[in-house]
Amino acid sequence: MKGSLIIVGFFVAGIICGLTGLLSINDFDIDVSFYALCALMFFVGISVGSDIDTLKGLRGLDMRLLFLPLFTIAGTLIACFLLSMLLPQRSPSDCMAVGAGFGYYSLSSIFITEYRGPELGTVALLSNIAREIITLLGAPLLLKYFGRLAPISAGGATTMDTTLPIITQTSGKAFVILSIYHGFVVDFSVPLLVTLFCSV
Amino acid sequence: MFTVLLIMVAGVLTGYLLRRHKLKKIGLAITFFIWLLLFLLGVEVGGNEKIVSSIPTLGLEAIIISLVSVSGSCLAAYGLWTYIQRHRKEKDNC
Repeated sequence: MKGSLIIVGFFVAGIICGLTGLLSINDFDIDVSFYALCALMFFVGISVGSDIDTLKGLRGLDMRLLFLPLFTIAGTLIACFLLSMLLPQRSPSDCMAVGAGFGYYSLSSIFITEYRGPELGTVALLSNIAREIITLLGAPLLLKYFGRLAPISAGGATTMDTTLPIITQTSGKAFVILSIYHGFVVDFSVPLLVTLFCSV
Repeated sequence: MFTVLLIMVAGVLTGYLLRRHKLKKIGLAITFFIWLLLFLLGVEVGGNEKIVSSIPTLGLEAIIISLVSVSGSCLAAYGLWTYIQRHRKEKDNC
């Protein structure tokens, strides 16, 4: 929660700089965002690669539970596709790109800004922050109506870090490894799926 | 645009090779670049009057997309959970 507040803080600080004319994106001769994105993705890759060993705890798990990330991804994408029918100003690929952030607001908004411009990037940032907050606040309710896997599914890509504590509390300790595995897989799908939907 | 994905794959390989080493600084680097990029996104948004004036609409749209996404994922998770539960009960009865 503190992390998302700091993120929003930086975003707002940027808006203020842009609004007051203190700083303009055209001030830079090179495409700073693109190079920073490349550096970010390299480091994200390193942290994923060095973490692969944690997945060894999965062996004792019910095999069918390993499909949970696919259900999470399919559920969100189908829902976003249906929603785009109701939002006249957004194409299906727009909605699905935003949904494919799965709560990973920093990465997805950065990617979408790079490929589709700052307007959809802003929607992605706000939407994916909202997904994390919904999971943090709504986990007990989701558990009650949708069963023990629902808080994990709702958390999307965040279930290996920010929403892990609340999932442990609501779904139970038995779901910790599943939650980490789920976050790991969905996390990895974010850059792939967002790029895919932005290029359609 | 696939350059970025290739760079990420290079990172995964590097990380896997370095997994025995302590990589505490990586988290810091990630945080730094995320802050920088979201600040730059802010600068871009702030410099564009059209977007600034439509922030309330964009916000509403964002919340609708996230609510719908969460519902979709939870329904799918509910399906999987009921399936597993039912299957377990059948097994227990045998």
